[in-house]
Amino acid sequence: MARRFLLPVLELVAVLFLVSLGVFLLLSLVPGDPAVAVLGEGRTPAEYDALREQLGLNDPLLSRYGDWLGGVLHGDLGTSLVPPQTAVADRIASALPVSLELAVLGLVMALALALPLAMWSAYHQGGRADRAISAITFGLLSMPSFLIGLVLIAVLVNSLGIFPRNEWVRPGDGLGANLSHAFLPALTIALMEAAMFTRILRNDLVTTLHEDFILAARARGMSPLRIMVSDALRPSSFSLVTVLGLSIGRLVGSTVIVEYLFALPGMGKLVIDAANQGNYPVVQGAVLVIAVIYVASNTLIDRTYGLLDPRTRRARA
Amino acid sequence: MLAPEPIAVRRRDTRPVLLLTGALLLALGLAVAGWAAGTTVLVTLVRMLVLVAGILAAIAGLGRVARGVRGKPVDVVFWLGMTWLVLILGAAALAPLLPLGNADDSVAGLTSPIFAAPGGIGAEHPLGTNNYGLDVLARAVFGARTSILVALMAVLIGTTVGGLVGMVSGFVRGTTDRIVGILSNALLAVPPLILLIALGTVLDPSIRSIAFALSLLTIPSMVRLARANTITVAEREFVLAARALGAGRVRLLLREVLPNVVLPVLSLAVVMISVLVVAEASLSFLGIGIEQPAPTWGNMIAEGQGGVMEDHPYIVVVPGICLFLTVFSFNLLGEKAQKRWDPRAAKL
Repeated sequence: MARRFLLPVLELVAVLFLVSLGVFLLLSLVPGDPAVAVLGEGRTPAEYDALREQLGLNDPLLSRYGDWLGGVLHGDLGTSLVPPQTAVADRIASALPVSLELAVLGLVMALALALPLAMWSAYHQGGRADRAISAITFGLLSMPSFLIGLVLIAVLVNSLGIFPRNEWVRPGDGLGANLSHAFLPALTIALMEAAMFTRILRNDLVTTLHEDFILAARARGMSPLRIMVSDALRPSSFSLVTVLGLSIGRLVGSTVIVEYLFALPGMGKLVIDAANQGNYPVVQGAVLVIAVIYVASNTLIDRTYGLLDPRTRRARA
Repeated sequence: MLAPEPIAVRRRDTRPVLLLTGALLLALGLAVAGWAAGTTVLVTLVRMLVLVAGILAAIAGLGRVARGVRGKPVDVVFWLGMTWLVLILGAAALAPLLPLGNADDSVAGLTSPIFAAPGGIGAEHPLGTNNYGLDVLARAVFGARTSILVALMAVLIGTTVGGLVGMVSGFVRGTTDRIVGILSNALLAVPPLILLIALGTVLDPSIRSIAFALSLLTIPSMVRLARANTITVAEREFVLAARALGAGRVRLLLREVLPNVVLPVLSLAVVMISVLVVAEASLSFLGIGIEQPAPTWGNMIAEGQGGVMEDHPYIVVVPGICLFLTVFSFNLLGEKAQKRWDPRAAKL
């Protein structure tokens, strides 16, 4: 029992420790002097020295890592080098909800698109609809998310003028306005994931539909829709759940790109701006927070197999 | 890619009929697509739909012609994709020798017209110029050179390092395996694009360092695949037989395990190329990858932001189509390779 639970937890801690070390060391190797980055050029050497001392840059690397990690464990991620020189934790706290909302909305929309498409496709296996859906999803998978976003902007914003662009309304300032601003970015994120989900789920559904219990349900005269939803869907969803775990990494990536494309104040914009300015405390903090969320959600998804399929519960015990 | 077409031999599908209807459909499709691409009568949305419909009709027509000629169904989309790959790879390799316009000399670009509209074949700027007066066609070809070179270099590094580490770790097992597992999990614990952005903060934006950064993305999945395949192969009888004959570890790995692991790893490598082409494009689009005025498809597409795309759509359309077709073709190739050599992974 202890072995079963403790070992994965220890590995998780080791992984997170390595990530924090990697992030810290990597960004400590940034070429150029952070003091120059903050103050600009042309100050006296004494001024640079004072700032370096203040930032703790004269300490040995390992003790700086110790200080940083100690701060991180207390929720202190350091201070932004570039004005406004606010706490990194505050910057992240204001950016994170935007990204989370986009990612969750995108995921929900992707599933809402993928489930009916996959069922339709699997039910008409080999038919015209199936082949069309297969071709479209394959094409979508070859479109980087910024291309999808640009096409959507060209069609929906510029040509039809349906959606607003380039603004963000916080949910507190009106949920309707928030959703109408979030819709297009979320759709951009959703389309690619939906294509992936549809293909995976369709293939598993096709296999399931050949099982005896489906034949039995059909013989009892259940409607196709009922068979699909209540009998076939659950045993067909393992690959989907696995892919869901893998897709979170891509989801984070496309959220970053979509935020950049639509100029939304989320984590992606925070990281990219900070990366371009050489503002390394912000990059360190943001990357660490994203990695922790990412690892945690993957672990969570691993645990849901047991809920979906009782067989794996027994196999693990 | 497509579900196999039901091979029903219908009477009207005789060769002349197929050739005739196919050729008609092809010509009609191309005509419609060409008209939609050039017209200004329709709004963008309708134009795009008509264009896509025309292209699909042309492909269907080509399929009929091919079936008429070969006497059996042909995967036209696959062969079109491969043709594109040969074309773009050839153009990328020979780019300095081709009679192309000015791709990246922004000083010389001062004397050229900016935002010249695409002139078509024979014009000085067949696909127009950008806001520095640089030739879009030349940039697309040199962009292909950069994008594909970076992706290939990264896949080469990733496959060699990841494949070897995975094989050794799956073969030796024990503590080595555990440490390799934790290290590759740590690499996987940062979402790919975020890792690239973090690396982009540190590395200088040269082709070599971006290829190195991208190769880090491929290593963990290569390690996993090579390790999993090694573990299954290592239990087979022929490995045991070789061991009984007195073969050493290195010989076992190189002569017995490697030949059985190399094909699945290579088919993943093909899939990875398209992933990396997208990753490089994303990075350059975000302004962290290859920097202007050196062209890549990603930073060419980024030029369309801030209202440029609306007035001069070709600025985005040209690199966008290049990027899409290349990724699409590599995906087709990768899927075929995985179906043949790594049936377990082909499900994706």
